[in-house]
Amino acid sequence: MQLDDLYREVIVDHYNRPRNFGRPEKWDIMVEGKNPVCGDEIAIYLTVKNDVVAECHFDGKGCSISIASASVMTESLIGKSLDEIRLVLSDFNQLLRGEVCQRCEQYSDAIAFQGVTKFPMRVKCALLAWKTLEGAIPDSSALQT
Amino acid sequence: MTFDPRQIRADFPIFAAQVRNGRELVYLDNGATTQKPGVVIDTERDFYSTEYGTVHRGIYHLSAIATGLYEAARETVADFVNARLTKEIIFTRGATDSINLVARTFGDRFIGNGDEIILSEFEHHSNMVPWLMLQERTGARLVYVRSTPDWRLDMNDLRSKLSSRTKLVAITGMSNVLGTINDIDRICQLAHEQGARVLVDGAQLVPHFGFDVRGTDCDFLAFSSHKMLGPTGVGVLYMKQEIGESVPPYLGGGDMIEYVRYDGFTTNELPYKFEAGTPNIAGVIAFAKAIEYLQALGMENIIAHERELTEYALDRLLSTEGLELYGPKTPEHRGALFSFNYKDIHSHDVASILDFANIAVRAGHHCAQPLMRRLGVNSTARASFYVYNRKEEIDILLESLRQCERFLKYAVG
Repeated sequence: MQLDDLYREVIVDHYNRPRNFGRPEKWDIMVEGKNPVCGDEIAIYLTVKNDVVAECHFDGKGCSISIASASVMTESLIGKSLDEIRLVLSDFNQLLRGEVCQRCEQYSDAIAFQGVTKFPMRVKCALLAWKTLEGAIPDSSALQT
Repeated sequence: MTFDPRQIRADFPIFAAQVRNGRELVYLDNGATTQKPGVVIDTERDFYSTEYGTVHRGIYHLSAIATGLYEAARETVADFVNARLTKEIIFTRGATDSINLVARTFGDRFIGNGDEIILSEFEHHSNMVPWLMLQERTGARLVYVRSTPDWRLDMNDLRSKLSSRTKLVAITGMSNVLGTINDIDRICQLAHEQGARVLVDGAQLVPHFGFDVRGTDCDFLAFSSHKMLGPTGVGVLYMKQEIGESVPPYLGGGDMIEYVRYDGFTTNELPYKFEAGTPNIAGVIAFAKAIEYLQALGMENIIAHERELTEYALDRLLSTEGLELYGPKTPEHRGALFSFNYKDIHSHDVASILDFANIAVRAGHHCAQPLMRRLGVNSTARASFYVYNRKEEIDILLESLRQCERFLKYAVG
């Protein structure tokens, strides 16, 4: 086990330059989430056009893993329908449980988070944005780990 | 006996067991829980192996031995905190349980609608939530004493907030976030002048400085075994006899009763009135051994050792660029416990990276969310020291902190 498994280059890059960061001027759906253990906070803003995510932004405070994960999540959601988002959520949860997830290759840099499973105390950090999103997606709670 | 942390480390099996990648364990989470010396571990194992039986009930040999050891442990604790009577020492599950016991007994009996409970701004959740729950039950009000700019209790503000409405001052002996040590003598004096009782949350203070309940004249003292080299699941509540006798029991069950009828009961005498059910017998006996171990080291020596660590740590931490220390910046009236943030790096990242160097620090809100908001942060890292920590561990800590930047390519951000 290496510390580099946790702090993969892509993760550090998303942390230092988070994509889609900041509160947009308008949005259709907003959800907020917290990790009470560490005090991390996140808000996710979705703009939906023709049942497809046109824009996805986030802001908040968090550790490198939670910020990078949120950044990757926003990238992986754009252009997806509600059904497709449910699948992405389910796939990412699977990845963070340490299971094989072939589709995860297609979701921005999601696959980089595979190494986080070796650091069980940090899995929650990686899931914060995704768990928060579940609150905005009907019938996604069944996907929870 | 000279006080040598290197020699003390040898008494703790964990340090031999947890060498990782050739690096010794630097254990700096003593504010959360402490490691156990071999004598404490052996005491618990030996008791189960050779002398185990229940207490206060059996007529047989083993029960007599267990009862003797259990009650001897109570005497050890009473002596350690200088209590007048052993019946003022109640064994609980921990400091949290002890405080809840006071809220449920003394609180429910004597603190009503409109009465006030005074707290500091830097209480642990376990000395806040039981009183918030009492507030919900009875309509009592919580009043918070301000802190001074250097994170000490503002004694003038305390004086101005004490009144005849004050029924209780529930205050930490030492903050688990800031390291601030409160002037308990003076607080008790001021509170008693107004007829208020004083509960001291001694979870952080007692393991490092000991305590004198008669000297301070506090009414209640709560502390935990596991933060002072003893097993988990054991705590102490010191409660003045006169209070213990005037409040209702806490949990109902075996041992706490005198007579039970189908339509009622009478309570047992102190301290058994507050010890329902079979207690953590082995834990209590091993806890007494932990106290004896501390006494053999000498509380005065421990205080001097930690003072030395505090001076060195403050000097090094305060001269580290980009490190923000939360809490008093001078060694007087402060413990060897340091909360900090380093540059913009989240405390969880700090803790993960330090863990790789086999350094254990706490990261998070330390069960003090309101204080985190007052400090204007979401979380901090915390390094807290004890008898087995050495000065050079502070250097190792700071050296490893610089690694955090490398891993997070801080310059890019």
